[in-house]
Amino acid sequence: MKRGELRSLDIAALWRGLSRPDPTGIDRVVPPTGFTAQLTVFAAAAMAFLAVFALALALATGRLAERWSSELAQTVTVRISAPPDQIEQQVATVMQVLQTTPGIAESRQIPDADVEKLLEPWFGPDVPVEVLPIPRLIEVTETGDGIDADALRLRLQGEAPGAILDDHTRWREPLVRAASRLRLLGLFSLVLIAAASAAMITLAAKAALAANGQVIRVLRLIGSRDITIATAFVRRFTQRAALGALLGSVLGMVAIWALPTVDEAGGFLTGLGFQGWGWLWPLLIPLVAAAIGFWATRSAALRMLREVR
Amino acid sequence: MIEMQNLSFGYSGGEPLLADMSLTVQPGSFHFLTGPSGSGKTTFLRLCYADLLPSSGRMMAFGRDVTELSRDGIAALRRKVGVVHQDPQFLDHLPVADNIALPQIVAGQPVNTDLISDLLDWVQLRQHGAAFPPSLSGGERQRAALARAVIMTPDLVIADEPTGNLDWDMSMRLLDLLIEFNQEGKAVLFATHDLNLIRAAKQHIQARVLRIANKRLQLAGADL
Repeated sequence: MKRGELRSLDIAALWRGLSRPDPTGIDRVVPPTGFTAQLTVFAAAAMAFLAVFALALALATGRLAERWSSELAQTVTVRISAPPDQIEQQVATVMQVLQTTPGIAESRQIPDADVEKLLEPWFGPDVPVEVLPIPRLIEVTETGDGIDADALRLRLQGEAPGAILDDHTRWREPLVRAASRLRLLGLFSLVLIAAASAAMITLAAKAALAANGQVIRVLRLIGSRDITIATAFVRRFTQRAALGALLGSVLGMVAIWALPTVDEAGGFLTGLGFQGWGWLWPLLIPLVAAAIGFWATRSAALRMLREVR
Repeated sequence: MIEMQNLSFGYSGGEPLLADMSLTVQPGSFHFLTGPSGSGKTTFLRLCYADLLPSSGRMMAFGRDVTELSRDGIAALRRKVGVVHQDPQFLDHLPVADNIALPQIVAGQPVNTDLISDLLDWVQLRQHGAAFPPSLSGGERQRAALARAVIMTPDLVIADEPTGNLDWDMSMRLLDLLIEFNQEGKAVLFATHDLNLIRAAKQHIQARVLRIANKRLQLAGADL
């Protein structure tokens, strides 16, 4: 049988068949297939559950990369380490230098209380910051044009030898790269999940169609059109894939929602989840699953019908 | 209705099983097809409803060349031809009444329950409408298959050895139903190797008897 002979099974015709009600009960001609039905629903649910997490990962790492990138790209830090009797003098010098450096919008010394908060995750609360040899930190916010980091570094070296300019490049870039890579991995996982779902639904649909070879032959013999037979099978598998994926997506969303809240110190974990309108993204998963079910069953039905005149 | 001209057929393009056959089936006609087992009766009938396509020659069904029919065209042809097989196939998960209604269902027509009741009465299966096919006897299956074959009021019914597994009384009952159908002006093409059945039928109707012998279609002798 030539491929062209199944032209009547084009996507538009199949979609029209699916979107129409079924007043004559054509779907009843397909015998209930308990095992493959359960397998399809379970596979779609499991895949959707995983897809929610992959989606959350992709979105979270995307946000993380953006946040690190934007927060750190426009700031530099000057760290001043000097003997106690010189440190105030050097801080004042650095502030003067910064005020006369082009490309700087704002500079401020980070107060002891803030430094204490930064150290809290490591040393616990009530750190006696004043007795520790902790360097002074000056946070510098750049203007849109940015600063000439090398020139500023040389100037600081000359006027305040204890000052070190840290433009965050050293650790910002690997972090942003890692976050971007994680986002890619999340997206790749989504593609893999979609492909695995398609493979499983195709297998289930093929098994159901093969088990119903006799039904298909009888239907053709009594004058059934290909589109009628294919619609009955495709409708069933599309519905199962969508139902399973809906269950899996809802469970996945509940699991994400129920993740323990972690404050900012939690860093990455805090971001794993959906924010605002982002909660609508997982609702696309059942639609995608339905589309996969539609395609997979259609191609299995085409293959089966080619063998029957 | 069915018109064959010099038609030949061989499976997978091999040695012809049927050769140089010519036949015209007119509306309201009754044809018996006979011949020894393996002579090609079933193959001949399958050519009539486009389950097989001829290797050569011309095969017209309802004015159209079957070799030029699309798959939807073949489906449309089969809705005009009712077929009863020696071993009729049903959908075992559906009750007998739904199996009889199948041609209406797949044609997207509303199921006519009155018609189905009438047909169940006609084939004397009223009490079996809700039963499932595996619970039917051989004769009941054949009659259910006949009811399914005629539900779309086809112009032609093809019966492929429907009495092959039935006793004489049951065979006669099925034959009577086909004769009744034929008397409504519909054509019947009935394959059987039961010559007594053919003789019994000829007492009631004018039927042509065809025989497949030596790959060719012949008119049977005067004894039939």
